[in-house]
Amino acid sequence: MNALPFTIYVSFAGALLALAAGARSNSLARWIALITAVTSFALTLLAASAFVPSPGLQTIVDLPWIAELGIRYHLAADGISLTLLVLTGLAATVGVLFSWNIEHRVGEFFALYLVLIGGVFGVFLSADAFTMFVFYEIAIVPKYFLIANWGSPATREHAAMKLVLYSFAGSALVLAGLLWANAAAVAHGAASSFSLNDLAAAATHFSRGEQIGLFALVFTGFGVLAGMFPFHTWAPTGHVAAPTAASMLLAGVVMKLGAYGCLRVAMPLFPVGLAFWQPTIAALAIIGILYAGFIALVQDDFKFVIGYSSVSHMGFVLLGLAAANSTAVAGAVLQMFSHGVIAGLLFAVVGRMVYERTHTRQLADLRQLPLHRLLPFAALTFVLAGLASMGMPGFSGFPAELTILIGVWKTSPAWAILAGFGILVAAAFTLRAIHVSFFGSTQLSAVAASASEPTHVDSLHHYAPITLAEKSGAALLLAATVYVGLKPDVLLDWITPALQSPLMQAALKGGAL
Amino acid sequence: MLPEAALVIGALFVLTVDLAFGRRRTLERRLYLSVVTGTAAVVAAMYGAFTIGLAHSVFGGALILDELTMATRLGVLVLAWITLTLAGSTARLRHPAEFVAIVLFATAGFTLMAAAQQLLVAFVALELASLSLYILAGFDKSKPESAEAALKYFLFGGMSAAFLLFGFSLIYGLTGSIELHEISAHLARHPPTPLLAVALVMVLVAFGFKAAAAPFHLWAPDVYEGAPVSSAALIASASKLAGFTLFVRLLWPGFGPAAGNVSTATGAPGWLPIVACLSAASLLLGNCAALAQSNLRRLLAYSAIAHAGVMLLGVIAAGDAGHGPLFYYVFTYGIATVGAFGVIGVIERTAPCQRITDLAGLYRRSPLLTGCLAVYILSLAGIPPLAGFFGKFTVFAAALNLGGMAGPAGWLAILAIFLSAVALYYYLVILKQALVVAPASGTSTDAATNRIPVPADAAIVLVFAALILVLLGLFPSLVLRIF
Repeated sequence: MNALPFTIYVSFAGALLALAAGARSNSLARWIALITAVTSFALTLLAASAFVPSPGLQTIVDLPWIAELGIRYHLAADGISLTLLVLTGLAATVGVLFSWNIEHRVGEFFALYLVLIGGVFGVFLSADAFTMFVFYEIAIVPKYFLIANWGSPATREHAAMKLVLYSFAGSALVLAGLLWANAAAVAHGAASSFSLNDLAAAATHFSRGEQIGLFALVFTGFGVLAGMFPFHTWAPTGHVAAPTAASMLLAGVVMKLGAYGCLRVAMPLFPVGLAFWQPTIAALAIIGILYAGFIALVQDDFKFVIGYSSVSHMGFVLLGLAAANSTAVAGAVLQMFSHGVIAGLLFAVVGRMVYERTHTRQLADLRQLPLHRLLPFAALTFVLAGLASMGMPGFSGFPAELTILIGVWKTSPAWAILAGFGILVAAAFTLRAIHVSFFGSTQLSAVAASASEPTHVDSLHHYAPITLAEKSGAALLLAATVYVGLKPDVLLDWITPALQSPLMQAALKGGAL
Repeated sequence: MLPEAALVIGALFVLTVDLAFGRRRTLERRLYLSVVTGTAAVVAAMYGAFTIGLAHSVFGGALILDELTMATRLGVLVLAWITLTLAGSTARLRHPAEFVAIVLFATAGFTLMAAAQQLLVAFVALELASLSLYILAGFDKSKPESAEAALKYFLFGGMSAAFLLFGFSLIYGLTGSIELHEISAHLARHPPTPLLAVALVMVLVAFGFKAAAAPFHLWAPDVYEGAPVSSAALIASASKLAGFTLFVRLLWPGFGPAAGNVSTATGAPGWLPIVACLSAASLLLGNCAALAQSNLRRLLAYSAIAHAGVMLLGVIAAGDAGHGPLFYYVFTYGIATVGAFGVIGVIERTAPCQRITDLAGLYRRSPLLTGCLAVYILSLAGIPPLAGFFGKFTVFAAALNLGGMAGPAGWLAILAIFLSAVALYYYLVILKQALVVAPASGTSTDAATNRIPVPADAAIVLVFAALILVLLGLFPSLVLRIF
């Protein structure tokens, strides 16, 4: 456990090193980034192997920081954070592997990338709301430059600005909520503090109106980043415009920051507010699941399919949180992990393996190509990832969504049934994407016959083979989803005790009103 | 008075040296000599301000040497030092010694403003600073914009000084004293009169001008655009810091009993509601107008107006939370602004830098300037771990602690938080040009695409300013502990 804070420091140090190295040699910067990411991943695994689940956060570092406002540099972890830390380490490592082909301003790319990763690690480790907010904002700004610099040229500036302004507006809501909560706590006689424990203790004295208002501010603020309907529109455009590694991180890890904030801050601090807003959140989550699913069904752009599918799958996370019982919330955390891995895989196939070779993401164009023959490894990976995404048993999506639905059923069978349709929709759009993109054309001659677009034909037989970096990255992610799919208890054994902590129990009790 | 003496003697010395030895040298040598002498004076003043210690009142109560005085003096001197050094490497002036001397006179005015405890001293100090700044704004005689800036600044400033003097004379007539604590005691004993309201409004008009708060902001965009870079930097930073110290001292210890109330929904009449209105107007106008700017300096001016709104919120909160949040905010804002102007100045040595698009491809033209500019702009935008973030955080926390969401102070804080998301847009527009957009395509001899040489002294102060922002952002207690 004590090694966990070094994930943050290693990432930031790696960012500086990569920036310095990038001025001299691109490959040096790449290797520094890879070593940094692998080190942080190893640190999380090391901590996980020594982890003894217990209710409540286990404090790792607790130092006075800004005494005037009672702010402490307080890092702590429990099973929930550990799950997400492991996911972050994994996604960071794989993301570097899938960015190996970046040639333009390599040092800066990996520096921003590692700053983003360091911020994410920091959020998952924070037990003080101020510390968490600082890391949260550190993670926002690099996204702008990652997308605006290295994204797909047509839409990148618009998409980057949209994404960052949405995120920042969300974090402004959170900041307003935290400051208001602190002011209310001081008004109720507590000392100024931003520690989650202290705020939660003070919040029990808040009036019902304050609880409801504060919960709305903080949950919506974090919900923006979690892709909550109707604030989800940044996600598909952002994911599509981003370079592959950034899409993988955005969908895989950054959206989890939002859900994690909802779970760690909004729900335990303001349980009365949760009880009030519970039906609204559930409704928004279900709308998000179905609406984004249906939109994914009619997309012409391969990457948009995956972008909307992310919103749909994150809807399950929000629904699990809204159900607010330990089964559903445990499922939600499991789904965060599972979706992080699977979305990473899908974006890797679409953005890197396919797009970098065919230079088109239009399903209509891809349909002309016998991709399952030209890129068999990509096809295999995508089929497996698609199955996992649909919730096929044996992959992590199955236990995650099943646990959520069982938990949601306990709170409201109607919600579970409606969300169940979402799984059908997910199966529909995933199968359509697999069919059209990889198995749309079965014969090479069919392409030759319809070779009106010379670009495709010229490059038809010259697709670069899938590189070792891509293969190992995909293998890591596939291994993770299969392992968790077959043995979900590994993660559930961490997550379930964490939900027994007094803070989480207060949240869940509030939701059970 | 040690710092002021050092500055004034330094200024006279600069003039004498230039007169005696400078006439036959080149302009560069004279500028270099003047800047070195001026820097020595500033350093001596810093030493003086640091060692003079704290005293409740000196010179028969005309000056006060408390924590705020000391912090403001040091802050102003640091900002003046950065400005002078930047002037040394960026200015193209025909009268370098006079420029440096006037900067020193203005700085003496600032340090005096920081200590004034009496209406008359306050006014004289303010005028010393203002008159110097008018000259600095118009110092570039080769540019008509500079003359325009000086004239606008002077007309607005003269008018506001007249308002201030009129307000002061009314207060003197009402209370029979020019000592702040006697005014306060008198106001506490007597109920407010309409005449007092008139006097307060007049003082606040002058305050609004000094702070560049809407609706008294009209001079700011033109001055920022037209004045020489180092003058604009001084006007935007040190002048603001000294002005806010002066007025927060006038308002709270002086007119505190007439403050009124903005912590509850109904409130109470006084000068606080007026300040709250100025703050709301500045926040809205500054942020919205900045969105439409294509000129870099005008954008900085409108962003300064928006920041003035937050600072006014800090003034409102200063009655309860003390001077810590306000000073921290204004000082770190000043550092970031001086830095941004410094970057503009360095670029302008070789290439035009008026429009935002003139920054295009800066990452290739000068990585050092790009890195520093990113730190300053992100600090202005309020991104952690830079100082601008914590400045906002502590001011908003102080404002919300007044009465939570029960009154206008809390609402203003929430408004300011949401508008900071708007502000991020225009700050990112600047950084997009500097960090993302490729240099404008042109021949290799084109000034807009070439590498930008950065003089060593400018590089040092720019990096120093960036480091201050990082350090104070990570450890804000370094400043807050003073108060």
